[in-house]
Amino acid sequence: MSALAQAAVAPAAAEGTENQRPTRRGWVAYLLLLPGVLWLVVFFLLPLVQLAAVSLQSRYPGFPGYYYRDVNLEWYATALTDYAPHFARSFLYAGLATLLAFLISYPLAYAMAFKAGRWRNLMLICVIAPFFTSFILRTFAWSQILADEGWVVRLLETLQLVPGGQLINTPVAVVAGLTYNFLPFMVLPIYASLERADPRVIEAGGDLYASGLTTFRTVTLPMSMPGVLAGTLLTFIPAAGDFVNMELLGPQRGKMVGNVINDQFLTVPGGYPLAAALSFTLMAAILVMVFLYVRRFGTEELV
Amino acid sequence: MSGFRDARGDLRLEDVTKRFGDFTAVDDLTLHVPRGSFFALLGPSGCGKTTTLRMVAGLEQPTAGRVLIGDTDVTGSRSYERPVNTVFQSYALFPHMNVRDNVAYGPKRRKVADAGRLAEEALALVQMSEFAGRRPTQLSGGQQQRVALARALVNQPEVLLLDEPLGALDLKLRREMQVELKRIQTEVGLTFIHVTHDQEEAMTMADTVAVMNRGRIEQQGSPEALYDLPRTRFVANFLGQANTGPGSVEDVDGDHLVVDVLGTRVRIRKDRSAVPDGDLLFGVRPEKVQVSRSRPQGAGNDVRGVVKDVSFLGVATSYLVEMPSGATWSCYEQNLDVDPIDLRPGDQVWLTWNPSHAFAVPAESG
Repeated sequence: MSALAQAAVAPAAAEGTENQRPTRRGWVAYLLLLPGVLWLVVFFLLPLVQLAAVSLQSRYPGFPGYYYRDVNLEWYATALTDYAPHFARSFLYAGLATLLAFLISYPLAYAMAFKAGRWRNLMLICVIAPFFTSFILRTFAWSQILADEGWVVRLLETLQLVPGGQLINTPVAVVAGLTYNFLPFMVLPIYASLERADPRVIEAGGDLYASGLTTFRTVTLPMSMPGVLAGTLLTFIPAAGDFVNMELLGPQRGKMVGNVINDQFLTVPGGYPLAAALSFTLMAAILVMVFLYVRRFGTEELV
Repeated sequence: MSGFRDARGDLRLEDVTKRFGDFTAVDDLTLHVPRGSFFALLGPSGCGKTTTLRMVAGLEQPTAGRVLIGDTDVTGSRSYERPVNTVFQSYALFPHMNVRDNVAYGPKRRKVADAGRLAEEALALVQMSEFAGRRPTQLSGGQQQRVALARALVNQPEVLLLDEPLGALDLKLRREMQVELKRIQTEVGLTFIHVTHDQEEAMTMADTVAVMNRGRIEQQGSPEALYDLPRTRFVANFLGQANTGPGSVEDVDGDHLVVDVLGTRVRIRKDRSAVPDGDLLFGVRPEKVQVSRSRPQGAGNDVRGVVKDVSFLGVATSYLVEMPSGATWSCYEQNLDVDPIDLRPGDQVWLTWNPSHAFAVPAESG
């Protein structure tokens, strides 16, 4: 900062006459930052502080549902012990959905970037099209597709692939729903990174004695890693906190942490502190996982 | 697979044609590149030279015809099966690898034992050793170009293909790299095929130049031969400058043809005319034309003209002279005389040249 200021001052001092310019320029920069900073403070930082305060409240003895301001970590202990299975399920389902979305998206994005030709734009529109209808509506549609009388279940039954004869209200349906709903967030970044790659670089792999598969493994895939990284984050983070798919497609018991937070906030009287503690725990867990993941797979040179 | 990779010898293209839909990029092309030579494919953009190169690399397959290295027919084999490497126009370095790994990539794929050491040697050859740890994005265009060259050279390919490798460099760097490339080629003794649209680049570096136009080779030979005696109108105009005029053969005088060029009678040696009779295009290079105030004696080829423009270039003086036919000729005179001719626009001059310097090409086409 001070080096920057010095650098800005030096030429002005040399010119001698324009002493006020650097400071004015500095003010303009801060002025331009102001709306963004204000927005973050009002809509992100203040609610976060409020939520943190709520998560640390203590009960009024004798007055169920009433709390006073305190620094009480009891709610966090509850979140980490009683709701550990919910966290585990959230990360497991979100992880599975991310993996599935990746396996579906990569070939799709690859085809769009290199093989689609004049169909490329149509394919892009098809990927984005679901956004034109509501997230909830689409998930409802899935509950009908996966219903017991639906053709999917019948077909699988004929093929003897669903022993219980049911898909809806199972974790399978939840993972399917999550995979479907977050697919575009995986496809688009991967497509963007593949599309940006110089086809000559991929040809160079073949020119340098690498077979198609080796070229993919050593050139194409590493070059698209920024897209894969962005796609997996954009899928995993919202999927881990999602409750709609579990609500509409999942079983009655064995919910995800998102559902618990939702219930504690909206239906359980006096559930606010626990919901807040659960939210913070989820946030922290995701942050740690993302940090480790980016450190392992991140490639700063390419982003 | 290794069968293709072990192919050794001259590169030959036999009746190779490549079509993209209705467009014929390369049209029945036959080419012979002797092992160890520096061969340039010269032509304007869209003439099919890059497509030809890509067919040699195995990045495109010919619609018809054969590609051979020595006695091995490599047509239909994949690029990774061929003992051929390419220096791409955009360099195409792997952005996620450092310079050393880029260069070691080929040897590693061929499972060569000490790929790392080979890479270091190749980098030393192009004087890039100190940048081995850098990423391609941290290098300048010229440095990336050297790395791309090292990445191809390290494999000791039977044929090394250069696709306009100097196109993205500025003039000074381009000149340096021309000399450098020629040095490296002499040092390693590999077959180099250099694709370019820059006639000066092709002439400075290559042993043999093939001039391509519309998917065909117009003429092939040493740079001196091509410049001295073009055989088509396209070559005459693409390679250097030429003063040309349409004419027709009037008579034969021993070893010479007597030709009427727009009302002026000139003589051309029979062996320097690509056409024995009828219509032709007469040509003579600007530096072969002498400008003088008085009519020269005995030359036999002279024309009277009017000076339109004089430019002093230091090593030479360039004149634009209007001919009786209305055409404008350009002439270079080396500044050898102690007393300058001191011509001014509007002056009457005589232009003369040795009939052994004139040439004639078919009148139609290109």
